[in-house]
Amino acid sequence: MTAAPVIKARGLNLTFQTNDGPVHALKDIDLDIEKGDFVSFIGPSGCGKTTFLRCIAALETPTGGELSVNGMSAEEARKARSYGYVFQAAGLYPWRTIAGNVKLPLEIMGYTKDEQAKRVEKVLSLVDLEGFGKKFPWQLSGGMQQRASIARALAFDAEILLMDEPFGALDEIVRDKLNEELLKLWSATNKTIGFVTHSIPEAVYLSTKIVVMSPRPGRIHEVIESTLPRGPRPLDIRDSEEFLQIAHRVREGLRAGHAYDE
Amino acid sequence: MKMVAPVLTVLAAIILLWYGATVWLNSQWTYDQAARAGQEVSFSEVVVDTMNQKRPVLPAPHQVAEGLWQGVFGQKFTSKRSLVFHGWITLSATLAGFALGTGLGILLAVGITHSRAMDLSVMPWAIASQTIPILAIAPMVIVVLASLGITGLLPKAIIAAYLSFFPVLVGMVKGLRAPDHMQLDLLKTYNASQGATFWKLRLPSSMPYLFASLKVGVAASLVGTIVAELPAGATRGLGARLLSGSYYGQTVQIWSALFAAAALAAILVVVVGIIEQITLKRMGMVR
Repeated sequence: MTAAPVIKARGLNLTFQTNDGPVHALKDIDLDIEKGDFVSFIGPSGCGKTTFLRCIAALETPTGGELSVNGMSAEEARKARSYGYVFQAAGLYPWRTIAGNVKLPLEIMGYTKDEQAKRVEKVLSLVDLEGFGKKFPWQLSGGMQQRASIARALAFDAEILLMDEPFGALDEIVRDKLNEELLKLWSATNKTIGFVTHSIPEAVYLSTKIVVMSPRPGRIHEVIESTLPRGPRPLDIRDSEEFLQIAHRVREGLRAGHAYDE
Repeated sequence: MKMVAPVLTVLAAIILLWYGATVWLNSQWTYDQAARAGQEVSFSEVVVDTMNQKRPVLPAPHQVAEGLWQGVFGQKFTSKRSLVFHGWITLSATLAGFALGTGLGILLAVGITHSRAMDLSVMPWAIASQTIPILAIAPMVIVVLASLGITGLLPKAIIAAYLSFFPVLVGMVKGLRAPDHMQLDLLKTYNASQGATFWKLRLPSSMPYLFASLKVGVAASLVGTIVAELPAGATRGLGARLLSGSYYGQTVQIWSALFAAAALAAILVVVVGIIEQITLKRMGMVR
């Protein structure tokens, strides 16, 4: 059982019917994500990286092929609440405090009040937001809001964390810090993470596996296994020869996949 | 304090214009009276006379003010000549109608946002209902209900509800649909039920929209009540005051009742506004 991949896609296809005719968003996607992997999806817009993540989350329905999540279909996995999802915008409810926002999934999933309070405290400290529970979202910076939304996705025991460009709207300094924290959090929780980004350094810094995608039709161009050590990595690893080599390979992959055309 | 000067300036301008109009509109009667008596009147005498006629075409501001003062403080609140008495009659029907209309509006909005069939079937009728002049509908409702033995507050409240449910319905449909795709997707990832989505996301999101429509609704409700008081020859309520004033040419009474109604509407809107402030502040939606 331990050898079975957490996420397994075989010949996955998704075609959207639009007024301008069918759009092939995903074409013949084959991918295995093992337990505890940190997998980044990188590629230009229109390459289907977000669509693929949404398929895993059962927010989109593939039109062909096979996809299993935790040994179930994606839809069953969603109903079993197998994953936490972090969107590009924090999307906190303005009428709830930070603690109230983190509590939201717990309320919906029927945790007891005691358990809710305990978990909120735990995950808020995990994302370095102790003491901010009683604040309202507008009282926090964008980076802190995004951390709160990560805490919200961690509050229940999902083993998979799906993140759709979670730091895309933040400035680079905040992004660096959150990247570092995310790696620590990942090693502390041993979750499997799927991470969509369009930043090469971010993808290389975070991942154990980098999936380079290309557009029209959206497909996987190359899967690069990172040789960087697993677990927390210091930020200045990005200046190392090894890091630059991997980044170069990713860039080459993107170029070969015609990401830089047009 | 910066606000006071412009507000007072506009108020002064309105009063000045009003006095001008008073002289212009009422002078004909003064001239006619003088001509009948075979007298000459000077302009200053005309001006003085137009300010104090018993049944002026347009009462002067001070006459209306006095009429209002007399109506409110000049007699016991229970007197049939008290504006407080009539105001209360109108207010109680307004509030009952407002509550009815708000409840109906919210219920229909919930139905419309959750059922495609209701969206298609109810919305056109709701819009059509507002295109029928209330003056045409009100007498029929009053007469039909009276034949069933229902009189007093309820028929008026129904007319008021008829006018006030619509803004609440439209505002709530927009409010309940305010959450964007991302917020709905988020709840989908939690496998949240429709009920949870409604209580935890849709309803709180709709609050600002609800209060905006409640302000329109409460004013519409007052208009509905006053209109409902006109046709049945009612003897109680601000509408009845307007009607009896026009029967007997008591223009001062009409204008006093009008101003009382306007003040009542202003108070109602302000009260809704205060409740809005408190609610949104409690929800953390006001900074």
